[in-house]
Amino acid sequence: MGERGALLEGLRAYRLIAAMWVRSSMTYRTSFAVTVLGNLMVTGLDFVAILLMFSQVDTLGGWSLPEIALLYGLSATAFGIADLVLGSMDVLGGRIRDGSFDTLLVRPAPVLAQVGADHFALRRLGRITQGALVLGWALVSAGIEWTPAKVLLMPVMLISGAAIFSAVFVAGAAFQILAQDAAEVQNAFTYGGTTLLQYPPTVFGKDLVRGVTFMLPLAFVNWVPAAYVLGRPYPIDLPGWTAFASPLVAAACCALAGLAWRAGLRSYRSTGS
Amino acid sequence: MGSGRLYLAVAAGGFRRYATYRVATAAGVFTNTVFGVILVYTYLALWDQKPHLGGYDQAQAVTYVWLGQCLYATLAIQGGGAEKDLMDRIRTGEIAVDLYRPADLQLWWLAGDMGRALFQMVGRGVVPFLFGAVFFPMALPTDVTPWAAFAVTLLLAAVVSFAIRYLAALSVFWLLDGMGVNQALMITGIFFSGMVLPLNAFPGVFGEVVRALPWAAQIQMPADVLMGERAPLGAFAFQAVWAVVLLAAGRIVQSAATRRVVVQGG
Repeated sequence: MGERGALLEGLRAYRLIAAMWVRSSMTYRTSFAVTVLGNLMVTGLDFVAILLMFSQVDTLGGWSLPEIALLYGLSATAFGIADLVLGSMDVLGGRIRDGSFDTLLVRPAPVLAQVGADHFALRRLGRITQGALVLGWALVSAGIEWTPAKVLLMPVMLISGAAIFSAVFVAGAAFQILAQDAAEVQNAFTYGGTTLLQYPPTVFGKDLVRGVTFMLPLAFVNWVPAAYVLGRPYPIDLPGWTAFASPLVAAACCALAGLAWRAGLRSYRSTGS
Repeated sequence: MGSGRLYLAVAAGGFRRYATYRVATAAGVFTNTVFGVILVYTYLALWDQKPHLGGYDQAQAVTYVWLGQCLYATLAIQGGGAEKDLMDRIRTGEIAVDLYRPADLQLWWLAGDMGRALFQMVGRGVVPFLFGAVFFPMALPTDVTPWAAFAVTLLLAAVVSFAIRYLAALSVFWLLDGMGVNQALMITGIFFSGMVLPLNAFPGVFGEVVRALPWAAQIQMPADVLMGERAPLGAFAFQAVWAVVLLAAGRIVQSAATRRVVVQGG
């Protein structure tokens, strides 16, 4: 069985486990509807914070509300997709502590697929919906001069962004194996990352922007391509072509995260409980 | 004072329980520091655009951010303190055991939550705050009096925070499931405590309403007292009134709940 076979098998396992969790959450439909709504409201608080700020000022870091809404919508939607697919990675720490992670290791399905689909929660559609609504509003009100390249860049940005965030989730999970549970550290990079990207790069210090461009390339989720779409200066004077580099960056991130995950699995020592 | 010793022991238990999770605590310190840095930059951009927003200067806005990160876990702003265990015990029926204890139910849980809060402040809150003080300009008083008054507001803030969550947890006696309540606690906690923006920067009548709600007792009051923006006695009174009102409401709901209690089998 080659790499391709393993990938297909992983996807199949993921689909089956996810479907099981969806069925279980659909048993109580009202409860499901309420949690989707709650999820939508919890994630919407970030945008409410931005709206509150704009009740006091007209620009933030030199960016207008529709422009920041574009950053917000791209970041929240891309993160929402990654969160839907792999968001349960943070229960991994608990599984390692209580020893049930061992069960996943002996099952005849790829561990990553099992962990990713663990507690698959369709209620996370709330975050995607909320992000997409803000994004939709931003697209019509940010005064973008549309060209075919810009239109094409939109779905590319979302998919690349989701892939970059997914890589962060997987790398975080690998770290959790090493650290024997440190879900909060992962939260700093995932939730922290999406919060950071919801504000324009001009708000932050140069070193911080450099860090999230070259070290942890979150800037390619939205800051860099969105600068092109909005006709704004690129963060830290990157060359023009970098606006189209997101898919490459995403692919590199995923490859590195995959290596980290394998290294993590190899180093796993059971707690013995 | 036998009963005083009992509740002290319960509080110590709450402290020790959270002290066990050292890696989780270190991870929490890291997360709060990262979020603090992100928030500080956005606040600075905001205050750059509108100096003296809400009566704060830039250093005060920065101080407010780090205070929020310090108190986030301490006051269980988004929930996740004693009320979570209480909800579980109500749901599973284990609450019946608690009801037979020769101790006051509300005081018992209050003591445990106080122990938890103290640990979360010492273990998780202080380091991000010190990080902020070292790397960003903050507006901290140099004499002892405001710090002493600040300590009192913290204690009162912890009681108000508990009282809100206790009241919410009791609803599980009727709802049997805490998921929706937890979500409501999270949303109201984050928004009305001023985690997203200082409450004194909320505009207009909306701002006035928000500043009168009990959540204002949690971050806004301690911050204003520490930075000399509000007279301590006024802040104490505001917090104490809400504490008494909410604890009393908790008692009434508690007695209504226990009179009709149907213990879930298991």
